[in-house]
Amino acid sequence: MNEDLLPLILAGLQDTVYMVALSALIAAFLGFPIAVLLIVSEKGGIMERPNLNRVLGAFVNLFRSFPTIILIVVLLPLSRWIVGTTLGATAAVVPLSIGSAPFLARIIENSLKEVERGKIEAARAMGASPQTIVFKVMFPEALPALVRGITLAIITITGFTAVAGAVGAGGLGSLAIRFGYMRYRNDVMFATVALLVVLVQLVQWCGDRAARKINSKRYRFD
Amino acid sequence: MITVKHLYKTYVTAHTRVEALQDVNLSVEKGDIFGIIGFSGAGKSTLIRCFNRLEEPDSGSVFIGEHEITALGKRELRNAQRKMGMIFQQFNLFDSRTVFGNVSFPLEVAGVSRKAIAHRVPEILELVGLSDKINFYPAQLSGGQMQRVGIARALANEPDILLSDEATSALDPQTTASILDLLRDLNRQLHLTIILITHELDVLRYICNNMAVLENGRIVEQGSVEKFFLNPESNTARLFIKITESFQVNRMWKEGEGI
Repeated sequence: MNEDLLPLILAGLQDTVYMVALSALIAAFLGFPIAVLLIVSEKGGIMERPNLNRVLGAFVNLFRSFPTIILIVVLLPLSRWIVGTTLGATAAVVPLSIGSAPFLARIIENSLKEVERGKIEAARAMGASPQTIVFKVMFPEALPALVRGITLAIITITGFTAVAGAVGAGGLGSLAIRFGYMRYRNDVMFATVALLVVLVQLVQWCGDRAARKINSKRYRFD
Repeated sequence: MITVKHLYKTYVTAHTRVEALQDVNLSVEKGDIFGIIGFSGAGKSTLIRCFNRLEEPDSGSVFIGEHEITALGKRELRNAQRKMGMIFQQFNLFDSRTVFGNVSFPLEVAGVSRKAIAHRVPEILELVGLSDKINFYPAQLSGGQMQRVGIARALANEPDILLSDEATSALDPQTTASILDLLRDLNRQLHLTIILITHELDVLRYICNNMAVLENGRIVEQGSVEKFFLNPESNTARLFIKITESFQVNRMWKEGEGI
């Protein structure tokens, strides 16, 4: 084991956490409005607009059909334009967040779709406006599913950051490729993989705990 | 007080055309408990949903008092809906909200102040006999209690009309009776007009004063509940009564009370 291992790994971990957190945040920020638009505009939705729904859906699918690494490479010029460089963690956040936004939008849309139609009908019968239905009925009712979905998305984005490491993003994925793979440093490879495993487990554990907490409050029998 | 004129509604899908309502005409007196009975698929749910426009009729009109519900714009419709309560077979309570939160929802929607809500909710829960469950979540309640919350929620805004969409069909007979008793009390205390749809003859017999029979989207019989039992004119009415009687005959034989 080399003495350079620890600082190397720590810097990588820091970059990864930074990229995942910021990308997930921006992706959620972009994904929520898309999801809401998809759900209200669908056939039978509270503001039915079938044409808008089709166009938006096709757009989301288009982004989702790119292989991750290609999407990142395609979006790198945007990083140069926004951040000024295509290298490093901050530059990677641009393609990562834009690339994961459509994925997050679908996950959020699916969670909202699980809200029983009867509840929405009841809210409509009480004279609730579409905004009220979205924010005071759909989101609260779908909260446990949303928490689980966003957990899933964060873990997927962690995977994306490792892929982005192949094209200059920094972080643990980049370490594994540059040191572990290209320089045959097995200790680096092992340490990065182990850290990624721990990171994913941690995120999943937090997500499960949060969702369970909400559910146990709502569905407690005593 | 409530008048329905020449109501039509057709559902068109890729393969079929279902004429859910065909030239439906109805009138319901203020303070009445009015039952609409029919078999599955007769158009009952569609009809009751046209009263508060959860379904948009293709043509025809619905009047409540002076107001033509079918002529209202979106915003006016929402205001009108706040004065019509509705209860459902599956209760449709919000699982994310406590009993208090469920009953306060229509008040929040109507822009009632927090203070007034805190005052009004316990009052209405008292009326339906659920004061002790105010901080419970719906999943912690029995079916009958859930429907009481549904009724409290529907009445929170002091509506003139209560629409009941098979509200007792998911409940056992005893609970059904207690919910129907509650509805009758509310009808008397609050002078609430109740329109209920049902496929249970017992519900009709138990609390309704007047009724209409719906058959394939048409009203085939209308009048007092007494007339329905004494002189059924439509096929649906006769069939309903025949089914009930044949059950009774079987029961008589079984229990050795016959002949």
